[in-house]
Amino acid sequence: MHDSVTIKDSNVLDVEKVRKDFPILSTLVFGHPLVYLDNAATTQKPEAVLNAMDEYYHTINSNVHRGVHHLSQLATDAYELARKKIAEYIGARHAHEIIYTRGTTESINMVAAIFAKRYLKAGDSVLVSGMEHHSNIVPWQMACEERGATVKVIPIDGNGELVLDGLDKLLSEGVKLVSVNYVSNALGTINPVRDIIRAAHRHGIPVLLDAAQAVQHMEVDVQELDVDFLAFSSHKIYGPTGFGVLYGKEKWLNELPPYQGGGEMIKTVTFEKTTYNDLPYKFEAGTPDIAGAIGLGAALDYIQTLGLPAIRQAEHNLMAYALDALHEIEGLRMIGSSVNRAGVLSFLVGDIHPFDLGEILDKQGIAVRTGHHCAQPIMDLYCIPGTVRASLAFYNTPAEIDRLTAGIRKAMKLLK
Amino acid sequence: MTIKEQQDEIIGDFEFLGNWDDKYEYIIQLGKELAPMDPKYKIDENLIRGCQSRVWMHPDYKDGSITFTADSDAVITKGLVSLVINVLSGHTPKEIIDADLYFIDAIGLSSHLSPTRSNGLLSMVKQIKLYALAFQAKSLQS
Repeated sequence: MHDSVTIKDSNVLDVEKVRKDFPILSTLVFGHPLVYLDNAATTQKPEAVLNAMDEYYHTINSNVHRGVHHLSQLATDAYELARKKIAEYIGARHAHEIIYTRGTTESINMVAAIFAKRYLKAGDSVLVSGMEHHSNIVPWQMACEERGATVKVIPIDGNGELVLDGLDKLLSEGVKLVSVNYVSNALGTINPVRDIIRAAHRHGIPVLLDAAQAVQHMEVDVQELDVDFLAFSSHKIYGPTGFGVLYGKEKWLNELPPYQGGGEMIKTVTFEKTTYNDLPYKFEAGTPDIAGAIGLGAALDYIQTLGLPAIRQAEHNLMAYALDALHEIEGLRMIGSSVNRAGVLSFLVGDIHPFDLGEILDKQGIAVRTGHHCAQPIMDLYCIPGTVRASLAFYNTPAEIDRLTAGIRKAMKLLK
Repeated sequence: MTIKEQQDEIIGDFEFLGNWDDKYEYIIQLGKELAPMDPKYKIDENLIRGCQSRVWMHPDYKDGSITFTADSDAVITKGLVSLVINVLSGHTPKEIIDADLYFIDAIGLSSHLSPTRSNGLLSMVKQIKLYALAFQAKSLQS
């Protein structure tokens, strides 16, 4: 089946060469070469990221922004250079619009907490969509509960696409903020976020994008999108775990109160009154994850050397190949059939429980995710206990998809 | 048979199963053959927490010993439930509380099953022991 894959783009990715950049991909699992198809959970890290973090600790480890000494200056330079790289990667106007966090979850919690504190009152609402990850539902529920506000939901249809017909009406009913994902982690659907942002802005409502499953697959430009807030995690874009980003438009970040208090986020402190630091430090209390920032910077450099268009093309071709291959399996049904999709293939086979299928695939060295993918409302909509999710990265190959389909057929035989 | 004899018999059975396919085929077979559970016991109160797939378990205490019936929506999990029940069902609360379930390690289940699944297995055993403790306390009271 390999021959059916033709890459027409001149900007072609040499997958076999690229795979050598990721040491973990040559691991054996239960005696089989690892087929890693759990990239939506976390991506593997290229040698360049591992080396950058290693070098930081080996050569310039020091606390940032504080010391007068040489190493502290070098560490601060490297740490702030990463902020510039991140700003450039997502097209932010200013580096100080990039707030460092522990990940998408913390970024959303931060906005939920401080936005609610400043703007939400009883009777208001926050609008999310029916295909959100729990981390883009629960923080809003918590914030709304405290303020006497409610969470409203943009519905989804049977294909796993958002139904935007009633959006204008929803927006006119006390909505103070819209928070939706760009790409669904459970279905792979790429949502029409430009339409949502335009509609929200017509009502003067700001929008937060959960871009955790988007930034690693396609160009995301916050100025072109005109989005107010955007969150993503380092570890899903080939960087280290425990680090992430909140982008906010300068005017919003200036208006919103700080999230946590502590060192770094202050200008002056007396027992009577504290004045807060400028952006972005106002939102970055305490000693940050310096190596994490440097690691993410290195990951973005690595992506730029491959080229995002080449990555997108390679993943698009692989997705088409995988969809064809999975469709040939009798009794397999896709959960979420949007044609606009990135990264994720969610499916069920006959009446096989996803855990049984995941277990048998694991024994063959094939790593997939099974379960509700932290998006229980979607599973309730389809009346299923969960799905098997194979999620792709540019380093995956058609041969690995063949291993997946062979693995599924073997599981079907064992479980029949 | 004692709990020890039951376990040794399972260990013996698994020794004949060479590779992982055979072991799983056997576990899946056990899952399919598990005696059906009375639907009236398949209720939320009987769901075991800690299992990624759903497992229901019901204890029946009669004449000093506990009989367990169970079900799961995943067949491999059901096979594991079957193994545990075969070992522990029909014994006194004290025997169940004191039981050392060495067969799980011995047949390679703890290493061959994924961590979430192993946790599920441990949750099952924990729940069975909790039931045994409760029945023991009850019998001491009466």
